[in-house]
Amino acid sequence: MIERLGGDFGAVLLVLGLPVLLGGLAACWPPRRSWPIVSFSLLPLLALAWLAHLVLAQGGQTWHIELGSLTLQWRANGLTLLLLLLTQVITLSSAAYAPAYLLEEIGEEGKQLWLWPLQGVLTTSLSLIWLAGDLLTLYIGLELMGLAAVGLMLLPGRVDALAAGMRYLLLALVGSLAFLLGVALLLGAWGRLDLTGLALAAEPGMVLWVAVALLSAGLLLKAAAFPLHAWLAPVHASAWTPVSALHASLVVKGSFFIALQLWLVLVPEARVAAWLVGGLGAAAVVWGGLLAWRAAKLKDVVAWSTVSQLGYLLLGFSLLIGTTPQVAEVAWEGTWLQLAAHSLAKAGMFLATGNLIYSTGESHVSGLAGASRRMPLSLLSFGIAAISLIGLPPSAGFTAKWLLLHASLEAGYWLWMAALALGTLLSAAYIFRVFRYSFVEDAEPLDYRGVPWSMELCALMLALASLLLGLVAEWPLMLLRAAGGGA
Amino acid sequence: MSQAWLPLATLATSLLVVPLIFALPERAWRARTALNLGAAMIKVVLVALMVWGLYQGESYRFSFTVVRDVTFLLQVDALGLMFAGLSSLLWLATTVYAIGYLEDSPNRKRFFGFFSLCVASTVGIALAGNLFTFLLFYELLTLSTYPLVVHRGHTKALNAGAIYLRYTLTGGLVLLLGVVALHVMVGDVSFGEREMLADLGPEAHGLLTVLFLIMLLGLGVKAALVPLHGWLPRAMVAPAPVSALLHAVAVVKAGAFGIVRLVYDVYGIGLTYQLGLLTLLAVIATVTILYGSMRALAQHELKPRLAFSTVSQVSYIVLGISLFGPFGTIAGLVHLMHQGLMKVTLFYCAGNYAEELGVHRIDQLNGAGRRMPLTSIAFTVGALGMIGLPPVAGFISKWYLGMGAVQANMPWVILVLVASSLLNAAYFLPILYRLWFRPGPAHGIGEWPEERHLGRFETSGWLLWPAVATALFSIMAGLLAGLPFSPLDLATFVTAEEYTP
Repeated sequence: MIERLGGDFGAVLLVLGLPVLLGGLAACWPPRRSWPIVSFSLLPLLALAWLAHLVLAQGGQTWHIELGSLTLQWRANGLTLLLLLLTQVITLSSAAYAPAYLLEEIGEEGKQLWLWPLQGVLTTSLSLIWLAGDLLTLYIGLELMGLAAVGLMLLPGRVDALAAGMRYLLLALVGSLAFLLGVALLLGAWGRLDLTGLALAAEPGMVLWVAVALLSAGLLLKAAAFPLHAWLAPVHASAWTPVSALHASLVVKGSFFIALQLWLVLVPEARVAAWLVGGLGAAAVVWGGLLAWRAAKLKDVVAWSTVSQLGYLLLGFSLLIGTTPQVAEVAWEGTWLQLAAHSLAKAGMFLATGNLIYSTGESHVSGLAGASRRMPLSLLSFGIAAISLIGLPPSAGFTAKWLLLHASLEAGYWLWMAALALGTLLSAAYIFRVFRYSFVEDAEPLDYRGVPWSMELCALMLALASLLLGLVAEWPLMLLRAAGGGA
Repeated sequence: MSQAWLPLATLATSLLVVPLIFALPERAWRARTALNLGAAMIKVVLVALMVWGLYQGESYRFSFTVVRDVTFLLQVDALGLMFAGLSSLLWLATTVYAIGYLEDSPNRKRFFGFFSLCVASTVGIALAGNLFTFLLFYELLTLSTYPLVVHRGHTKALNAGAIYLRYTLTGGLVLLLGVVALHVMVGDVSFGEREMLADLGPEAHGLLTVLFLIMLLGLGVKAALVPLHGWLPRAMVAPAPVSALLHAVAVVKAGAFGIVRLVYDVYGIGLTYQLGLLTLLAVIATVTILYGSMRALAQHELKPRLAFSTVSQVSYIVLGISLFGPFGTIAGLVHLMHQGLMKVTLFYCAGNYAEELGVHRIDQLNGAGRRMPLTSIAFTVGALGMIGLPPVAGFISKWYLGMGAVQANMPWVILVLVASSLLNAAYFLPILYRLWFRPGPAHGIGEWPEERHLGRFETSGWLLWPAVATALFSIMAGLLAGLPFSPLDLATFVTAEEYTP
């Protein structure tokens, strides 16, 4: 079945298989503490190290898998490694956060067992997306990811969670349907699904445009891109904290990644269309910021800020497609750094938000009045993550914004510079609105619950990672350049 | 990369203190005090070492690549050391003062944590070797001062904090746009590599002028240039040590220092002069000096009057650098130090009156000289220095400003100096008159708004000695200006570097 199996394919299988395996194990023997999770999670990290060693030593790798008449194509390059590492680190943190959270906040319930295998499936499906080199694998990954995400959202089991989860399922299915239609059109027209082959075979024309439009619409819906973002905040409102962290930081990124790959392969010269997507991004930056600013609930602030931050990524479309190589080179690094920065910061911020809600028992922003008197660590983590979201130095968000500004300026896209600037100010506005409440001195003394240290630590680590990544941004970017990081 | 550790260690002294302070419990007063004072003293020693090394011809550099061709660069030059010296010295004094001022008040842990972060940012600004690094610490300064401004937590403080953020974050953003644009144009410019912009040729001059204006706009917010000064008087709601730090070293000075860097070390004074931007700076400075003084005259409370006086005084620095010629440069740089010393003294004293006597308004100060003689002497020294009377440091600044005006062939600047000195006198002398010559509660007429007896002396020693020390420094900087290592000597050193290619 698998042509050119080779020893190196084992690394890929381990990277893909271990998360599901560990998730299954955890469902049988649910972990009560964080340290077993951390130590077992070293296994997939080791597998990833193996894969990284291969890719760095021998350059980008491609594998062909024959399934009957179909050929699947998987590949690994610098970008794949970066995204795999990001996925594993964030999943690890969110999993390490979960035992104390489940024990203290959720209590004993049978349903929580499902958290572990679903997380495993989610990680595997994301890894599959990062590795995929053909549309079928991408579709499988996308579908698996969507289902696992819906499952995770349904876990709380309350009516609002069910309603939100069902709406999410419906949207995910609509998105998948659009994607599948696009894939079918491409298969019908050119008879192949691997991206490298399609890049050569596809010719501009009506079919290609309709296919790309369908694919993009489905993916952008799943990525909560403006104006298809309205489903995002209600989904987070009732979800468990570690699930929210995973969803906001990774799941939406999966769809974005696929969309960008497809555009680069199928329509690399579609300057006007990419500019339109960039325009959507600029609108998302502003509109998401405004929504976050107006939000009354803490979790909604964080959720709407995701819409705004995804706008920065959508700007990347217009900077990468149909621009000069110099611009594209800077924008390429800026986009992936922004993705990494936002993933780490948003996961850290969701965990910190969960801690704040846990310790104060208040889900509204105004409930934080006077919180800084106790100087809880969660507030600090929230703040550190916020630095990256606003894009203030020395965070990764800042470095990414620097690169995006650099690219916009070089491309002459003044409007994008304005959007980036406005986004910065809006995010400062919604973040400092939260902090303003925390500094209120004449508030009622709050009734604090101490937060378990493992929950504090996970949030702090992610936030710190997003902060310090800004100073050492050269490392991930070197990875991106070293091993054939291009699309 | 010779001796990279010294600038790093200087930065680390206050940066590493931050997590330690946050880790200590609120009630660990002694440990926190020891930590603060210890770090402050180590920093003074480290900066002194670097000053000594610089005179010996040592160079200190630390750099690594952040992304693409952007580098994080710490680099020690005479100008940076002047600012680092000022901030480390005043940090020590202000730490002592703040410990006394905040005794028994809540949230001290939070205060001192962000206080240290604020000083770390200031030192980072001083040692930054290129615009990127400068920007990094410039923004960190905004973040670390916000919790200090809103420290009291009442509505007025929170509103002031919001306004402060609105101004400074927007300013920082504008600066970022300018820095990125300059970066796209010429790449990484280390401070001191002036020829990079000068070599671009006349066709780039239009763009360079625009970028200069953009960056000036960003820096001018913190330097409180009119009309970007609105945040400063409102930020007066902060506790006295914060106001002292904000006005004398941290925020306002960071802006002024940035403008100095921009003119001398990025564009170069020659190019700035060629572009005709020096005249613009001179005009902005003049307007700010006169407007600030007028507004100061109209204030009835002590701290707002000092705040508007800061608006006016900081622009002397800008005025100095806008005068083309060595004397103007010396005047601007030396005032960077002198204004810090004198202003911090005045704010300490204002805090002392408020703490010991509950006095906030100027008309409540009658006869306070008798009740608090040392504080009042310190205040008098600071005020006379601001007016520009010898032998206080302020005289040196004004003297060199005058000479610089003659050298730059801009005699109208002397008129501005005379007018502003008269205005300074008009808003400071009435206070001195009230302090020393009007009978008040100390003479048995009326009583103080809220008198407390905080210590053995006229007030708590923690509050008194920093004020006396900085007042002494202000006099010494004036009297001993001719000696090596004095601010004037350092400024002359920098200027010599600037004008000899």
